[in-house]
Amino acid sequence: MTESTSQSSPPEQKGGPYRIKFEPRIDEPSRWTQYLVSFIALIVALILGAALIAIAGGDPIKSYIHIAKASFGSLGVLSDTLVKATPLILVGLACTVAFSMRLWNIGAEGQFYMGAFGASAVVLIPLLPADTSPWIFIPVMLMAGALMGAVWGFIPGLLKAYLNVNEIITTLMMNYIALAWVNFFIFAVWSERGFQMSSMFPKTAWLPRLANYAESIPIFRGLTTHMGLIIGLIMAVVVAFILYRSKWGYEIRLIGDNPRAAQYAGINIKRNIILVMMLSGGLAGLAGMSEITGVVHRLQGSISPGYGFTGIIIAWLARLNPFAVVVVSVLFGALLLAGREIQPSGIPKMMQGIILVCLIASEFFLRYRVRIMRLAEEA
Amino acid sequence: MTLSNTNTQGVADELVVEMRGIVKEFPGVLANSHVDFDLRRGEIHALLGENGAGKSTLMNILAGLYRQEAGIVRVKNQEVRFSSPRDAIEAGIGMVHQHFMLVPSQTVTENILLGLDEPRFILRLQEYENRIAELGNQFGLIVDPGAKIWQLSVGEQQRVEILKMLYRGANIFIMDEPTAVLAPSEIDMLVENLRTMTKEGKSIIFISHKLQEVMAISDRVTVLRKGRITAAGIETKSVTRKDLAKLMVGRDVVFHLEKIVQEPGEVILSIEDIHAENDKGLPALRGVTLQVRAGEILGLAGVAGNGQRELAQIISGLRECTKGRVLLNNERISNRPVRLAIDRGMAYIPEDRTHVGSSPNLSVTDNVIMKTYRKPPLARGLAIDADAATGFAEELKETYDIIVPSVETPVRLLSGGNLQRVILAREISGQPSALIAVQPTRGLDVGAIEGVQKLLLEQRENGEAILLVSEELEELFALSDRIAVIYEGKIMGIVSDGDLETIGLMMTGTPLEDIRTQGA
Repeated sequence: MTESTSQSSPPEQKGGPYRIKFEPRIDEPSRWTQYLVSFIALIVALILGAALIAIAGGDPIKSYIHIAKASFGSLGVLSDTLVKATPLILVGLACTVAFSMRLWNIGAEGQFYMGAFGASAVVLIPLLPADTSPWIFIPVMLMAGALMGAVWGFIPGLLKAYLNVNEIITTLMMNYIALAWVNFFIFAVWSERGFQMSSMFPKTAWLPRLANYAESIPIFRGLTTHMGLIIGLIMAVVVAFILYRSKWGYEIRLIGDNPRAAQYAGINIKRNIILVMMLSGGLAGLAGMSEITGVVHRLQGSISPGYGFTGIIIAWLARLNPFAVVVVSVLFGALLLAGREIQPSGIPKMMQGIILVCLIASEFFLRYRVRIMRLAEEA
Repeated sequence: MTLSNTNTQGVADELVVEMRGIVKEFPGVLANSHVDFDLRRGEIHALLGENGAGKSTLMNILAGLYRQEAGIVRVKNQEVRFSSPRDAIEAGIGMVHQHFMLVPSQTVTENILLGLDEPRFILRLQEYENRIAELGNQFGLIVDPGAKIWQLSVGEQQRVEILKMLYRGANIFIMDEPTAVLAPSEIDMLVENLRTMTKEGKSIIFISHKLQEVMAISDRVTVLRKGRITAAGIETKSVTRKDLAKLMVGRDVVFHLEKIVQEPGEVILSIEDIHAENDKGLPALRGVTLQVRAGEILGLAGVAGNGQRELAQIISGLRECTKGRVLLNNERISNRPVRLAIDRGMAYIPEDRTHVGSSPNLSVTDNVIMKTYRKPPLARGLAIDADAATGFAEELKETYDIIVPSVETPVRLLSGGNLQRVILAREISGQPSALIAVQPTRGLDVGAIEGVQKLLLEQRENGEAILLVSEELEELFALSDRIAVIYEGKIMGIVSDGDLETIGLMMTGTPLEDIRTQGA
């Protein structure tokens, strides 16, 4: 990476007015420049956030230290952070897959709920008796969750592929249907003694937690991190393989970058729209399944504080890199967890927004280089 | 060859526009080289030339969109220097572009008023609508001022564009290929409108590359070729279509490529009675029949927009035809998936390198594997063998002299010539049995052109059947064994001996039989 700015003008002792000029970058910014720009954007976001906290009457530095402590300070809170990060990883991957093909699936939230519903149905219909071995229970629930999420992705995919219906609208609208669908079941069908929740799942249908192994490994005592994290990590590897190593992923990237070239290369775009929406929905469905069987252990309302929408932000911040999704999810998990300690809603949500805005704004610096020059020099 | 203005008494007529010694340069291209042009009051002056001859550049200078490097422009005997289209409109010059600049969701009146200082704040629409209707009636430009633009036909939209300029007080009109977008009945209507306008004292510059129209409509004609004047303001009546064709196409002899004599083999690609529509649903091809043999280059000449693009798309499977079929080695490939044509050995170098032929943000490697990634050795089960792909790209980079720092570089950073090499390398390396190349050298510099042309000749020697679509007649002459000429979706004739005049006539709509019978 050559930064011509540093060598172009020997400092002159002229002073006078300066002029800032933006020039389009001709060459590709290096990977390090990209990371550096993102990092600086994050710092700027934290400074703006600090200002916000200060205006709200808090002490920014204390607040930040508190956030850090409350999310990474001990093994216990780190475990809680990872629990929060788990669904984020999966929805982040869901959005990553769709966005790689420029399919704007903003329905991960609905697909999350349908995944939770699918997994719950296995227990609550019941498809399997309560004393089924976890070795059967969990895989079946995994499949049911992924399947329901995939169905919720399939419908907008089909509409987009054959009728060219805007997927942003359909996926968004289907979020509301999913929510109402789940509500119907917890209010009416699976309601436990009139409460808006189902009965507790049998222990055999719980994803194993670290705490389960505390007897043999004492350090795991009280740790709530569950198998969903492993599922998330495995899926990150799977998605990375699909996107960067497989024929299918090549097609996805080609369609995403230039659909006309993809068509010219003989790629079936309609089929890929449907398949990618299903994969995306399936991943979000897995997130719902993991949350319901790993944390909540029953079907109820408000199982997601907007995970599906946070997934959009995460995918974007990770620049659609599946491994970066994992890292960003952990940071957002921390923000979700520790943010609550500052204020249940409000400030932490605003922080998320500020970070996103700063990062998106920083893209500008990847496309343009800034030159600060004296007016005299310009002539 | 230059015809000079023999009409001396014409000086007496009032000149409304005079352009003298106009020079305009774009990076690497001299678009206008000392061009003179003038326009008399109340005439229709045609500006004729092939694509890229510099017609639009010259007119964009007059309309204030570009500034010339040298030369002067006088409007009504006053020297002008426009720095924006606004200045030009104030001087009474209005340009109607080929692509309309209208807001579809707004009404005719709203579009016409857009950007004007009047009305200031309160919009008394009814009053303005009446005024515009009146103006329309005066010039026979009938259009409902209250209609929304999207409801109008293309011809009506064009009338709105003209009205827009009339409303702004223009009396010099530049019409940039106004008939290109119109249906035949609408063309008649337009011609009538233009005649009414000239009767009312307006002057019109009519940019076109269609001889027939120029002959029918214009009073005088100026011909440009490669940025230079080949005929300056000659009376249309005084020239024949043949003369104009010659002036437009020119007869430069180019460097000769090594083309070995070889007997073509059997028919590989057979195009049979193809009919098709263009994107607007108008007929683009009306019964095209062509055969390309192994080891032969069949050139397809014609001015752009006569169905070449659609034909190439049908052969490659990107467009469906309404009638007829395309056979590759006796197997039908038309109206079938693109995949099939690719698998059967149909290579395609599209006209649009950046939007169709390549994927700009993907690497050179990803771009060269576009047609081969599905099969071993590149494919390994569901995966793509990254090492094999990189190796393949490195190999092509060496073989085809693609100049790029690394095969991981995104292709949008490549120059036009290098990008074309990437595409050629990809298409040729698959050892196709037939190849269709559309404008393969357009926009490339001389060195790159030669490289591309040599590659095509090599493929011919390898026994491929090549269909070369080009507007560069020199290129077609240098490379082709036979040349077919397409005009408005029909083949006007196929010749194997290069006769520029005949081809020029065919390109402008005279079938080969007519030329032969007239000549006999």
